[in-house]
Amino acid sequence: MNNLFVYLEIENGKVEDVSLELLTKGRSLANQLKCQLEAVAIGEKLDKIGAQVFPYGVDVLHTFDDARLYPYTSLPHTAILVKLFEEEKPQVALMGATSIGRDLGPRVSSALFSGLTADCTALEIGPHEEKKEGKTYDNLLYQIRPAFGGNIVATIVNPENRPQMATVREGVMKKEILDANYKGQTVAHDVKKYVSDTDFVVSVIERHIEASKINIKGAPIIVSGGYGIGSKENFQLLHDLANTIGAEVGASRAAVDAGYCEHERQIGQTGVTVRPKLYIACGISGQIQHIAGMQESSMIIAINNDPNAPINSVADYVITGDIETVVPQMIKYYKKNSK
Amino acid sequence: MGFKIIVLAKQVPDTRNVGKDAMKEDGTVNRAALPAIFNPEDLNALEQALRLKDRYDGSTVTVLTMGPPRAEEIVREGLFRGADGGYLLTDRAFAGADTLATSYALSTAIKKIGDFDIIISGRQAIDGDTAQVGPQVAEKLGIPQITYAEEILSVENGKIKIKRRLERGVEVVESKLPMLVTVNGSAADCRPRNAKLLLRHKKGVAATEWSAADVNADPQQCGLSGSPTKVKAIESVVFQAKESKTLDSSDQAIEELIVELITNHTIG
Repeated sequence: MNNLFVYLEIENGKVEDVSLELLTKGRSLANQLKCQLEAVAIGEKLDKIGAQVFPYGVDVLHTFDDARLYPYTSLPHTAILVKLFEEEKPQVALMGATSIGRDLGPRVSSALFSGLTADCTALEIGPHEEKKEGKTYDNLLYQIRPAFGGNIVATIVNPENRPQMATVREGVMKKEILDANYKGQTVAHDVKKYVSDTDFVVSVIERHIEASKINIKGAPIIVSGGYGIGSKENFQLLHDLANTIGAEVGASRAAVDAGYCEHERQIGQTGVTVRPKLYIACGISGQIQHIAGMQESSMIIAINNDPNAPINSVADYVITGDIETVVPQMIKYYKKNSK
Repeated sequence: MGFKIIVLAKQVPDTRNVGKDAMKEDGTVNRAALPAIFNPEDLNALEQALRLKDRYDGSTVTVLTMGPPRAEEIVREGLFRGADGGYLLTDRAFAGADTLATSYALSTAIKKIGDFDIIISGRQAIDGDTAQVGPQVAEKLGIPQITYAEEILSVENGKIKIKRRLERGVEVVESKLPMLVTVNGSAADCRPRNAKLLLRHKKGVAATEWSAADVNADPQQCGLSGSPTKVKAIESVVFQAKESKTLDSSDQAIEELIVELITNHTIG
């Protein structure tokens, strides 16, 4: 009872990275809270899930195995979590800030009247005082997230309601195996006791999910473009540079909103967080929400024709100039000097 | 046959174009420096609603918004583009609401509106980016939800068919009515204002105003007291500035940099 729960996202029998990242974070929070880490798998053919998650320090794996539970639909997964949480009374419940977690989390939190904080960038444990009521609390989950377009960072707590729920984007937490031989226990639940036929009102008629071709999270070098690139055609220059030096292409939110490239490439608080060894920011002014997603890069080169662009303050090298000039120069001199 | 459609829309500060004066010295947000706009994805939602109205005779589009009195402009904007009417939920009792208290308030207003077939809202608002209010309203009303919608394909025989745009692909899903849809920014842009409608609705009252009492909202579930989440601390974001080296875009400077990167094995 009162343990820390992580909802597992499963695609084609494989637990998604975002869930493994949350298990890693969940394990360390559970240690601080001196409680167990439990995971919930809802879907079909779940017999291989245990082997994937126990090494992350999962003490209990709850499985709900039924062909109707895959692919994900909102109501049956909600019904299961609501009833399971009523029985198990977790103190904390975490899920990915993905199209599944952001669909499921709010519905569950509404049914349980428990607070939910979306897109947290950090989770910590600490005390809290409600001054007006003169109440103090130990060991609350600090749900830390950007707000207002990334201009402020807010720490949110849920003093009274349980579970304390939070979603976290892929790539924000680091995934790390705790112990390859960690022993956890699997509890297979009777799905019929949790879901009724009326929960299956939404049916998935067609589904085309591609394995992600773009891997900016794991790329050692990223060439990233912003609104200053000016057009989809100019964005091709970045692909040329990336192909030449063996990099992946990223983008700021403004560039994605302008339609210069795919949403999957978005870096920042509302996209992916990256930590490459080299980050080349092209035509990116450096909105706070973007900087927050790339500032941990080992080296940052900013190319911009605005010498006062905010991104320059976090860059190791600032090149003042036009993208159309500088990027082809970089390609030319890389080709000339590399073996 | 027509459908009764409710569009949930929010007036938001334009956080995408934040200038240097958007934050005050004390680290709080200077709302006065940010223009109030129609939340972008709510415009995508409005367009999906208007398309259903164009396609299915006898359909009506009602805009519901919550906010201070000036948020009436959201309903007016809806009227300019083809909505039939709207409501503004405004009351100090709603102030300080988190997403759960907001969805409670909206759900009471929807119950007061009464009959509906489809509720459409934007996926998320740019001032919070939580994407929580849509699913929470659906839960409070006990109806199914379809989030991340890109296009409503059809509404036939009491069933709605919707194309969803997910991180790595698309899904086509079907639900029975009544239900709630949240629409992505990747959906069709909203049509422009219609000149005739602009003239007709430019002046006068655009929205019916409702207070908490008008929608029989339980004060305990509204505003701060109805919000399980509390803001413990707010900090304005300051990044650690680095010592940076500034280069010009001369051939020599770029070549030296590239050679340095190759030599220290950062690239190549």
